[in-house]
Amino acid sequence: MALTPLSLVLGVAIAWLAIGAAGLLRPHDIRFAGRALFGLGAVAALLLLAAGIWSLGQPVQAWVLPLGLPDLPLHVRLDPLASFFLALIGATAAGISVYSAGYFRAGEGALPGLLCLQYHVFLASMTMVVLADDAYTFMVAWETMALASYFLVTTQHRVPEIRKAGFLYLLLAHVGAIGILLCFGVLQGGSWQFTFDAMRAATLPPTWASIAFGLALFGFGAKAGLVPLHVWLPEAHPAAPSPVSALMSGVMLKTAIYGIVRVSFDLLHTPLWWWGAVALALGAFTAVFGAVFAAVQTDMKRLLAYSSIENIGVIVTGLGLAMLFRGLKMNALAALSLSAALYHCINHAQFKSLLFLCTGSVLHATGQRNLGKLGGLIHRMPWVAWLALVGTLAMAGLPPLNGFVSEWLLLQAYLFTPGLPHTIVNMLVPLGAAAFALTVALSAYVMVKFYGVIFLGRAREAILTQAHDAGWLERIGLAWLALGCVALGMAPVAVLDALDTINRSLIGTGIGAQTQNWWLLTPVDAQRASYSPLVFAAGMAIAIAITYLVVRRLYHGRVRRSDPWDCGFPAQTPRMQDTAEGFGQPIRHVFGPFFRIERELPTPFDKEPRYALRLGDRWWDWLYLPIARSVQETARVVGYLQQGRIALYLFYSFATLLTLLAFAL
Amino acid sequence: MSTWAIIGLFEAVLAILIAPLFIGWIDQCRAWLQNRRGAGMLQPYRTIRKLLHKDAVIAHGASSLFRVSPYVQFGAMAMAAAIIPVFSVRAPLGVAADTIALVGVFALARVFIALAAMDIGTAFGSLGARREMLVGFLAEPALLMVFLTASMISQSTLLPTIADVLGQIHFTIFPSLAFAGIAFVMVLLAENARIPIDNPTTHLELTMIHEAMVLEYSARHLALIEWSSALKLFNYATIGIALFLPWGLAGRTGGALELALALPIAALKLVILGAALALVETLSAKLRIFRAPEFLATAFLLAVLGLLVHLLLGS
Repeated sequence: MALTPLSLVLGVAIAWLAIGAAGLLRPHDIRFAGRALFGLGAVAALLLLAAGIWSLGQPVQAWVLPLGLPDLPLHVRLDPLASFFLALIGATAAGISVYSAGYFRAGEGALPGLLCLQYHVFLASMTMVVLADDAYTFMVAWETMALASYFLVTTQHRVPEIRKAGFLYLLLAHVGAIGILLCFGVLQGGSWQFTFDAMRAATLPPTWASIAFGLALFGFGAKAGLVPLHVWLPEAHPAAPSPVSALMSGVMLKTAIYGIVRVSFDLLHTPLWWWGAVALALGAFTAVFGAVFAAVQTDMKRLLAYSSIENIGVIVTGLGLAMLFRGLKMNALAALSLSAALYHCINHAQFKSLLFLCTGSVLHATGQRNLGKLGGLIHRMPWVAWLALVGTLAMAGLPPLNGFVSEWLLLQAYLFTPGLPHTIVNMLVPLGAAAFALTVALSAYVMVKFYGVIFLGRAREAILTQAHDAGWLERIGLAWLALGCVALGMAPVAVLDALDTINRSLIGTGIGAQTQNWWLLTPVDAQRASYSPLVFAAGMAIAIAITYLVVRRLYHGRVRRSDPWDCGFPAQTPRMQDTAEGFGQPIRHVFGPFFRIERELPTPFDKEPRYALRLGDRWWDWLYLPIARSVQETARVVGYLQQGRIALYLFYSFATLLTLLAFAL
Repeated sequence: MSTWAIIGLFEAVLAILIAPLFIGWIDQCRAWLQNRRGAGMLQPYRTIRKLLHKDAVIAHGASSLFRVSPYVQFGAMAMAAAIIPVFSVRAPLGVAADTIALVGVFALARVFIALAAMDIGTAFGSLGARREMLVGFLAEPALLMVFLTASMISQSTLLPTIADVLGQIHFTIFPSLAFAGIAFVMVLLAENARIPIDNPTTHLELTMIHEAMVLEYSARHLALIEWSSALKLFNYATIGIALFLPWGLAGRTGGALELALALPIAALKLVILGAALALVETLSAKLRIFRAPEFLATAFLLAVLGLLVHLLLGS
């Protein structure tokens, strides 16, 4: 068998399965299952990254594997879109696997061997989701992914909250899977062929195509965390071990984005313009919602989970714009929007994984997830703190890191909207841009809170002064992802060139124009917009260096250390710093109606005054609790039938018989 | 080409050097309006010089982020000065970074100063950081919307091109730009810690925003922060000129005469703008901190309205 990208990718998937199975050989051995095998997994991930990049420029390759049920062989296909997502999985998983090799400890929750199996099955199933070329393979891989991640989330299954969070995740994963299954059912268009080729060949009337799109948006949206299907994210992410959170947030959510792109741009050929409007509105709302909720969280992983919701919202607005433009036959703009959305996918995969892994190191060093009990860790954990700063700045969308590039591209897509033929869209696009701008600014707020409260200031608890820095394997993992943030921010032209192959295969046109200059990003044309991160970074560096030299050489570098000034107040304690609640207070004030706020206020006569504040998500009240109540009510009504007396059941049988006889006559 | 590059570089250096003078001019105007004699227009330079000579006093718990941050501030503002045209549209880095990147530069500076404020772990520091981010998260999108409106009219996000295009449209009043202009002035006041959002001369810690963040800084670090604040205000003033009063900027095709004329015209505009700012600040009172979001939300809505007006009416 010749070495092609596809065979390499399949090889990696098989290798991951084998590594996982090998973990069961010595399940109690942390050195073998927790260290060596995860290291091997990282090597496989690097191979996947290489294969993904290699196959971007190659022609589409499809195979039918002689596996699976009789008459239902597995179809796999490697096209540019799949290659991109494979590269994303590989690049992110490589860092996370190296980190995991240093992270997992013996005696924490599940056995190391079992963890190794679940982790690598999870990776392999994500690869197969992207490779799948028929509905069966896709659904099998999709469900394997959901189950593997469920078991990973509930690694510490002895904690009741974690079991509950895992169950919620499983429930929403399956509700989403039903949507996807029905979507494929619609997509086959009467041919009863469930290969993606058959779905591409089927021509659906607009109504059915819209139904298929709606089902896909629902099904994949449940996995991606689109509001109102987002509720599992803030529960599952804090429950899972940090590398698993990183993998789920960084990579698994992207498979849902892959699904939306695959269905709406590939299987359904051309999206209708109003799908784009729907996705744009939904994405914009999700983005603002996620950012606002992230700003008021007090649990660091929950904060990151809400920020993942925000980023997914941003990506979906990009996809929405792409669909809108594609539906209106503005292909160049559609290509620009799609590139921006996909670029943000890989950016988010890098920085969010990085930040989740940093929370893992903090968790191991301090045992605390609560922001109110952290602080000052930059002194104790400099490696983690400085690498986290890269992720923080990237996620806040600051130049010259990667978060800014995709933000820039997306704004360009919003900006060069010529007069669109529909007034409502003409209104929606600038409002989307405004929501997006607000989201970006809010994410800077969130990241200052996240970084400032965890790493800066003074230690809020005495135990924090014993915190230790991450081990060397963890550092390598973090550094790899931080490097990814920098590289993706510095070389946007190369990335966009790669993304253009996807545009050409899905939309038919690329952006194209940016290839003239390797250092200057000009997505539309040079007169309209350009951005050069390299020149930018160099300019900043030179300005800072000159300032430093001038100030230090011309004057002096004398420094005296003393107690903090703080306006002369002598009795400073670390408790006087802003807590996470305090830092989020302005957001609570400004966006009050977003939250369900429960306050417990002390009265002046309380012996032991207690102040408590609980913030809730209104979607529970609006959607989930009513559904739960109605299910319970129905169950109660149906319960009347079940009285547990044999005479009654005999009467039911008799009544049924009579009814059937009545029909028969 | 190379002469243009030299002019561009000169422009950026000039902006950095005369930024404290602009602040000095505003303060002097304010003093006159308040029937005081004032300290003279060169006072900011004297303050900076004094601070540079002192020994830096740094709190025990400060990390290196605290010491790096003033340099990043200054670097970011110098970078912004290199993007914005002052008297000719040939800003040296105008191609490498556009208006969106300019907003990013301001955000970068803001994030760094807020992080530095939280670094020592004092009560006022984190209070200032929180308030600064509160102002920032509403002012930044408003500024972005202002830029988007101007970009839609001129079909470019590059600030020099925007100024060039808008400067050539003689005496056409765009309703969308009028909305954007009001929003921009509001953002300018908020982002530069001026009245009505913040009071640059306050000594009452509880009402501080920007000052609370830099309480722990001293000597050369404080000098850099003061200078970069002055440069930030100057940058906003030149952005305002480039967007809303671009007439008289030396264009792309202009010769030496146009260039020679452009410098005094730009100086005149800055003088008038500084006096106007001093007037606004003298006539208004500082808002309570929780009125600030309303003020900024108004700015944001006006900016979005400007964009909508442009898209719907095409003007």
